[in-house]
Amino acid sequence: MRKPSIMPANGAAPVVQIMPPPISEWTRARRSLVQAKIPLLALLILLLIALLAFIGPQIAPKDPNRQSLIQRLMPPFKQESDGTTQFPLGTDGLGRDVLSRLIYGARVSLAVGLVAVLIGGTIGVLAGVAAGFFGGVVDDVIMRLADIQLGFPFILLAIMVLVVLGQGVVNLILVLGVGQWVTYARIARGATMAERERDHIAASRMIGATDLHIMRVSIVPNIIAPLIVIASFNVASVILSEASLSFLGLGVPPTVPTWGGMLAESRDQLLGGSWWLAVFPGLCIMFTVLSINILGDWLRDFLDPRLRGR
Amino acid sequence: MSAYLVRRLLQSFIVLFGVTLLSFLVLHMAGDPTYLYVSEHATQAQIASTRHLLGFDRSLTDQYLSYMSGLMRGDLGNSLRSKTPALNLVMDRLPATLELTIFAMVIAIALAIPIGIISATRRGTPTDGGIMVFAMLGQSIPSFWLGLMLLLFVGLQLKLLPISGHTPVLQPLFEGHIAEAIQNIPQALRYLMLPGITIAVFSLSRNARLVRSSMLEVLSLDYVQTARSKGLSNRVVIVRHAFRNALVPIVTILGLEFGFLLSGVVVTETVFSWPGVGRLVFTAINQRDIPVVQASVVVFSLMFILLNLLVDLLYVRLDPRIRLH
Repeated sequence: MRKPSIMPANGAAPVVQIMPPPISEWTRARRSLVQAKIPLLALLILLLIALLAFIGPQIAPKDPNRQSLIQRLMPPFKQESDGTTQFPLGTDGLGRDVLSRLIYGARVSLAVGLVAVLIGGTIGVLAGVAAGFFGGVVDDVIMRLADIQLGFPFILLAIMVLVVLGQGVVNLILVLGVGQWVTYARIARGATMAERERDHIAASRMIGATDLHIMRVSIVPNIIAPLIVIASFNVASVILSEASLSFLGLGVPPTVPTWGGMLAESRDQLLGGSWWLAVFPGLCIMFTVLSINILGDWLRDFLDPRLRGR
Repeated sequence: MSAYLVRRLLQSFIVLFGVTLLSFLVLHMAGDPTYLYVSEHATQAQIASTRHLLGFDRSLTDQYLSYMSGLMRGDLGNSLRSKTPALNLVMDRLPATLELTIFAMVIAIALAIPIGIISATRRGTPTDGGIMVFAMLGQSIPSFWLGLMLLLFVGLQLKLLPISGHTPVLQPLFEGHIAEAIQNIPQALRYLMLPGITIAVFSLSRNARLVRSSMLEVLSLDYVQTARSKGLSNRVVIVRHAFRNALVPIVTILGLEFGFLLSGVVVTETVFSWPGVGRLVFTAINQRDIPVVQASVVVFSLMFILLNLLVDLLYVRLDPRIRLH
């Protein structure tokens, strides 16, 4: 039950409107996206992949780990004697259904990509804002740590940590996540240093806002836009890294189907002519990453129109 | 300049120290590292003796000091498999990896610059659009998948290029057999082609985009307009005036480029059975031969740090403004 009141319940819109309602960011984004055809297509592809990842177990035609050695290495689109196609995208060296494995693989790729970027982004933004805001020793320590990490080619760091810690989805996400923080930290630091000098920060300080409050309310919301753009590209590169590590046998355990892992397994069958084992998982990775990159490009142009066409 | 140099050297030194500390600590992250070295069926007595033999029963500082003193003498421990010094294994494989990395780097840079310039000067035309579509694709393809596809279609189907094999060039060069090295080049290039392209495509695409946007930025500046209004030819304006300044941000990424390419090297060498450090690392991972993994990481990082230092110095020469900071 709502209490009757003179003002609208949300208290925001006045009863008498002189100006037309302002167009919200979301509406503007939606319009821009519909206008630009290719980013919209990319978004649709991504939504489809996300949907597959979500409801995968319900729609996958087969159990992705069910082996059947009689039906091994069946080529795609092969029709049974009764005219049906049992394995639309063929089977692998152990007779497992490629289509089902691809659907399950979407989960790992997307989950690893998103969670790792979330972890890396959070650590990076926190560290960068702290470094930029406090300066001095805090800044020195954080930035030297960043230098050290950049001194390591990332894949080697990941390989070393995973060899010692062992494989597993959690370890993989942690390694990939921690691997990303430097980029965010550097950009957040620069933006914070610029933001810190502005008048509204001095004003907040004068009315007694604490450091934490200033960082949370006045700094982070103002510097977050470019970081979101970077995060979107970052999801794409993390998915590629995950595929590489899975390909090297350092990703998730072999019982969990992943696109990179499927490619690694396909290598042994390639000389025998089983092209489909290598082609389909690769196409999945490519379309996912390509869609994210296209969407990232659009997002960058949308948030900063000066960069359009660059 | 010299102040900058000193600070930059000091910074490299700190990074180097951090890298070695990290590669040392990683071993201890999962608890007692002895268990990484013994088989699953080892008895308590065997574990204890291995622990003592490898020095894991000493204090962490003690272990780190002896690790560092080993490092200074070029001793990074012995391979658990072959029992030979891990560093020797890495150094034996290094020339093949360097050949591949340098070849890929040449493709990634030598092609990216003209492609980026063409794209920038013809902004908005179909040529530009086409180049950008390819650049976008190139950045979205997993490199090892591209390798598999090249292997499958160019190597196995069309039989245009060999899918594996290696003719050494740097190895004989380092040993002083210059004639042999030169003689080997044509054959070596054939073998380098597929893995080289595989590694280079990602960087090539990114660099082309970078050159393009860097050029676009410079081309819109006043001094380029001035040069044009003086009546200089388009070529002179682009090559002599615009490109030189567009080069600055491009040089910065060269050092990082090397790291990117190295990441590609590990997987690509595995795809093409290239006898380099990447495949050594891969085998060592599967055999859990940790000293070899560690030695490879240290050697790669060292090269990476030195190269970045070199690039920064080059950068200073290119853009005198940096000296002041």
